[in-house]
Amino acid sequence: MKRKGSFLSLNRLEGLPIALVLVTLYIVFMITAPRVFTGYRIYMSFFQTVPPMLVLALGLTFVITAGEIDLSFSSVIAFSGFVFAWFFRTFDGFWVVWVGILLALAAGALVGYVNGVLVAKIGVPSIMATLAAQFFWSGLTVLLAGGLSWNIKDIRDNAAHDIFTGRIFGVLPAQAIWSLGLVIFLWFILNRHRFGEAIMFLGDNPNVARVVGIDVEKTRVQLFTLNGLIAGFAALLLTIEMNTFWTTQGQGYLMLALAAVFIGGTSIAGGEGSIVGTFFGAYIIGSLEAGVVATGIGGYWTALVSGLVMGASVVLNILIGEGRFTKLSGRLLQWSRVGHDADGSRLPSDENVGR
Amino acid sequence: MADTGIERLALRMAKVEKYFGLVCALKQIDLEVGSNEIVGLIGDNGAGKSTVVKILSGVFPPTSGDLYITGRKVDLSNYSVKQAHLHGVETVYQDKSLGEKQDLWRNFFVGRQITYPFGFINVKKEKQIAEDIMRKTIGFRSAGITVDSKVSKLSGGERQGVAIGRAMHFEAELIVLDEPTVALSLKEVGKVLDFVHKIKQAGKACVYISHDIQDVFEIADRFVIMDRGEIVARIPKKEISLKALGEFMLDYAHGRKDMEKR
Repeated sequence: MKRKGSFLSLNRLEGLPIALVLVTLYIVFMITAPRVFTGYRIYMSFFQTVPPMLVLALGLTFVITAGEIDLSFSSVIAFSGFVFAWFFRTFDGFWVVWVGILLALAAGALVGYVNGVLVAKIGVPSIMATLAAQFFWSGLTVLLAGGLSWNIKDIRDNAAHDIFTGRIFGVLPAQAIWSLGLVIFLWFILNRHRFGEAIMFLGDNPNVARVVGIDVEKTRVQLFTLNGLIAGFAALLLTIEMNTFWTTQGQGYLMLALAAVFIGGTSIAGGEGSIVGTFFGAYIIGSLEAGVVATGIGGYWTALVSGLVMGASVVLNILIGEGRFTKLSGRLLQWSRVGHDADGSRLPSDENVGR
Repeated sequence: MADTGIERLALRMAKVEKYFGLVCALKQIDLEVGSNEIVGLIGDNGAGKSTVVKILSGVFPPTSGDLYITGRKVDLSNYSVKQAHLHGVETVYQDKSLGEKQDLWRNFFVGRQITYPFGFINVKKEKQIAEDIMRKTIGFRSAGITVDSKVSKLSGGERQGVAIGRAMHFEAELIVLDEPTVALSLKEVGKVLDFVHKIKQAGKACVYISHDIQDVFEIADRFVIMDRGEIVARIPKKEISLKALGEFMLDYAHGRKDMEKR
């Protein structure tokens, strides 16, 4: 109770541990690959590549906070991307791109809604419902597209291209701003809105949620629909940036987005979620490969280093989150002191721990 | 019979029945609770106490029968937890009243938040009122516990205190306590009973469900004893001693055993 020191207040700063990991990572890369990481270009390229995955991870943060899981969002990338590309290719007119965007978002929401109904109304475990959905919707996309990729390079001349993925001041990718805006908006939804509170209580304990008057079924349907909608937005960012639709787009994002959410400090047990943590987590995950390659130790090391960083992030989150960091630092201090005492007679005592 | 406040009933259940499929969980339940009265609802496991609680608190509707709260008939076709709250029925459960990992202030208002337009929560106001409830209504004195603390940091008795304080803040006409002292240490039970006394002081009606006869005896004005889905006895506190009540309950427990043997 007495320790009202700086560590305790730091614990309360959302996403702090994971932000430290990101900063450390960039410092390490600056030392090991100074030519790449001291310039601005590498960061601009992260701002281009990370946003779709970050957006997916944001939606997933809600799902995991609610104690559920969604494995289908990467197929939304393919399906929504298909809907958009098909509409854009098929029709003509200035309005086409905007209607296409709305349809792509609606397609994502539809996938999510079906997931939500399966989970909330029929009672299918979310891991199973969304795994089936993952196969179904990506399969449907392949079928509808006839297995083909489509080039939609005309979109480069469209205003939508500049608005969503243009370069602000000629360098900064617009999708970085969009995803940052979404981070802020969704932070308020999770932490300051009735819906977010319902999500947290639902993930904490559905029985409690029910008896305090939360409509559990309705909230679950809304949750999955929201996640589908957000994934649809990620699909748009990706498809418009790439000027291309391909049937397997988004397939690499599943594990990356999951990793971003978990290293960001969102608990797999549900009830607690950190949007800020997910933001930093996504940039860590998205920076690792390029960083490791740039250091010159070779591409073979990428997976190993990624695993190490993920593991370290989660451990750090747990230690700081539970306030064990103060004990840990106290203990380290003690050990170093014991080392300095020549006779070593002073054994660590509990008094010094946790100061 | 001591008609405490019978002229103004907080609750009347009339001929309430509940079937789960073909299984009859409640048979012809008539239960009355006067305002400013604590009724102890006792019975063995499976007597139907929890079913009564769930009907009162809006978790599920009865199969048949009527429910009157402060004299008004309740529309059971769209009765829900929210509706129960609007009618002034608040329920404190053994272990599912509060979200463990959530901040205390959230627990006070979840389900009926104080909001700005578009459903955004007015955190400052909620915290302020939560603080008031903790200090004034339930007299929280535990050091180191603030409205920002997580529920998991609270002791079992304190949690029930928060749940009871919440119920009182929302001006419940009837507070239903469903086994609030199960799995608590003796000291914590004492705290909970203190909170229940506060309910009575505030002039609210209360149904106290327990199978711990000692607690009920200490707190209740009247005992209603249930067995296998029926009310089998109604005894004012003045007419019975703790020992007699205990023997009465034991008889029922044995009576049931005899039935099973046959």
